[in-house]
Amino acid sequence: MIEPTPRRNALPQVHLFGDDIDTDIIVPARYLTTRDPLVLARHCMEPLAPGFADRTAEGDILVAGRNFGCGSSREHAVLALRGAGISCVIARSFARIFFRNAINQGLPLMICPEAVDAAHDGGPIAVDPVAGAITIDGQVYQARPLPDFLLGIVSAGGLLPYVRERLARQEHPE
Amino acid sequence: MTKVGFTAVEKIFAAHSGGEPVHAGDVVVARPDRIMLHDITGALAFEIVASMGAKRLAAPDAVVLVGDHYSPPPSPEAARLLTQMEQFGRDMEVSHVFTTGQGIEHTLLPERGLLRPGDLVIGTDSHTCTAGAFGAIGTGMGSSDVAAAMALGEHWFMVPETIRAAYHGSRGRWVTGKDLILALLARIGVDGATYKCVEFAGSAINGLNMDERMALCNMTVEAGAKTAFVPPDDTLDAWARDKFPGEEDFAWVRSDDDAAFDAVLDFDAAAIEPLCAHPFSPANVHPVRQSVGVRIDQVYIGNCSNGTLTDLRQAAEILAGRKVAPGVRCIIVPATQRIHAQAAREGLIETLLEAGAIVGPSTCGACAGLHMGALGDDQVAVATTNRNYRGRMGAHSSQVYLANAWVAAASAVAGEIVHPDAVAGA
Repeated sequence: MIEPTPRRNALPQVHLFGDDIDTDIIVPARYLTTRDPLVLARHCMEPLAPGFADRTAEGDILVAGRNFGCGSSREHAVLALRGAGISCVIARSFARIFFRNAINQGLPLMICPEAVDAAHDGGPIAVDPVAGAITIDGQVYQARPLPDFLLGIVSAGGLLPYVRERLARQEHPE
Repeated sequence: MTKVGFTAVEKIFAAHSGGEPVHAGDVVVARPDRIMLHDITGALAFEIVASMGAKRLAAPDAVVLVGDHYSPPPSPEAARLLTQMEQFGRDMEVSHVFTTGQGIEHTLLPERGLLRPGDLVIGTDSHTCTAGAFGAIGTGMGSSDVAAAMALGEHWFMVPETIRAAYHGSRGRWVTGKDLILALLARIGVDGATYKCVEFAGSAINGLNMDERMALCNMTVEAGAKTAFVPPDDTLDAWARDKFPGEEDFAWVRSDDDAAFDAVLDFDAAAIEPLCAHPFSPANVHPVRQSVGVRIDQVYIGNCSNGTLTDLRQAAEILAGRKVAPGVRCIIVPATQRIHAQAAREGLIETLLEAGAIVGPSTCGACAGLHMGALGDDQVAVATTNRNYRGRMGAHSSQVYLANAWVAAASAVAGEIVHPDAVAGA
C-alpha cells in the first residue's frame, strides 16, 4: 500500500529545477500503464532526480525555469506531480499542453520570473494561487494573473467538475 | 498597423466556430472534425468521460481510437489499455477503432481517409500537429480536454498567432523534410514557437512530398508550437483527389497576402545540410558532418515523423548490398501495415533484412522507450524519431541522436554516426 506524503509541520518547501524540464523527465513513458497518482509519483522526475517523491511533502511547491512541461501531452505528468504532493508549480514560462493539463487537473500554475530568481532549493515558501501572491524570505512577489475563466476551472477542482455540471444542466435544463 | 487579411489558422478556427471571423488571441468554442486518442492517454480520457457523467459522445463518428504506443502489447498491463480502448469503442458506438496493429495514429489518419484539407483535428498525442501537412489544423491536448471535447462535441481554444517559416530555393542531396524542421529548431529553440502556428512557405516546401511534409509538421511541437500548416498546392491536390476519388469540394485554406504574421523566418534551402539533434534536446542541432565518429549501439528508423514509405526507400537505398555493422541493432518500423505491405511489394523489406536490419510491427514502440528496442545503460542510438530527452528511449544514461533515414541507415552500416556521402558516395 503506497502512503501519500504527509504535510510538513512548517511552511511548504521549494523544489527547484532548471529550464526545459520535459514530460519524459516528469514521468517516463514506460510507467504510463497506470493512472494512479501515487504509483506515478514513485517515478516522478526520475531521469534527473530519482527518489524525488521521497523528499517531497504534501503541499510543497515546484519552482522551475523556462518552458516547464515541454514534450508529450501526457496528463500523467500532472498526476505524478500531484501524487508527489506538489500543490503548485511556479515557473518563468510553461509549455502549452502542460499548462492546460494542470488547469484541467486543478493544479495551480504561476508565471513569476522574480519569484523563480528569489527561490532557494529546499527553502520555505508561501503561495496564494487565487491572489497570485508568492512569499519568499518575507518578500511578496506578484505572479501574472490567470484569466478568470481558467481560475474558475482550477477553483472548481478541474475540468471534470466543470463538464459534469454542464452535462447535468443539459440533461435537466431549468 | 491595421490588419485586413486573415491567416490560414484564423480561417480554419472561424469555419469551425460558427463562421464569424476570428483573430489570433481570441478564445473561441470550436467543433473538431476529428478527435483522435491512443492507448496510453486514451485510457485516462475514457475514465474522465465516465466521471463527467457522459452516457454518450456528442459525435461518435468524429472519434478515432488508435492502439499504437503498446501494439502489440509487451505486458498484461499494456494489453489492458487496448482492451479498455476496445470496450470504450463498443460502449460509445465509435466505428473508427484500430487496435490490432494497423499502425501509428498520425500516419494512419490520412491513410485511412479520415483527414481532409481544412479539417480541425484534436488528439491526445502531442504530434497531432502532423495533420498540418494536409492543409488542416491539428493540435495535441491532454486527456481531460479531449474527454470534454468528446462529451460536448466542442471545446475552447485560443486562436494562435502564426510564424511563417519560408524555405527558398532547392534542397541539396540527402536533405529531407526532417532537416528543414531541425533547421527551424536550431534557429528558434524548444520554446521559440510556443502557442503559435508554424506555417511553411517557399519553393523548397512545395518540393517536399506528402511524407516529407508530415516529418516537417510533426516536429513543430518540439519548438513548442500549438499547430503547423502547409498551404495547399498541386501536391496536396493530387493526394486529395487520389484519396477521395470523385470528390471536388475540398476546403483549400490559405493565408491572405496581407495577413499579419507574428514573425517571418527565411531559410536558404540550398544552405541546409543533413542535420542531427544531439542529446538531450531536439533543438541541440549540429550538422551531421560535425557529428561524425560517435560510436552507436542502435539505429531506429520509424515513428510518426519518419516511418513512411519515403523513409523506408531511403533506408533501403543505403542498405542495398551493404550490411549493418557488427554489434549494431538496426530496427526499422514502417508506420502502418499498408506501408509495410507496399514496402514488401517494392522489395524493400528483403533488402533491409538482407542487410541485417530488424523489421518490426507498426508501433510507436522504442521511440518513447516502451518496447521493441529500448536502450540500456550508456547505449547510443541514431533515430529518425522526434524526441531525444534524457531517458526517452530507455535507460536514463542512454543517448539519442535524431537524424533523417539516410543518415540513420548510413550510420548503421558504419557503426558510428556518418554523413551518407561516406557510405553511398558523393
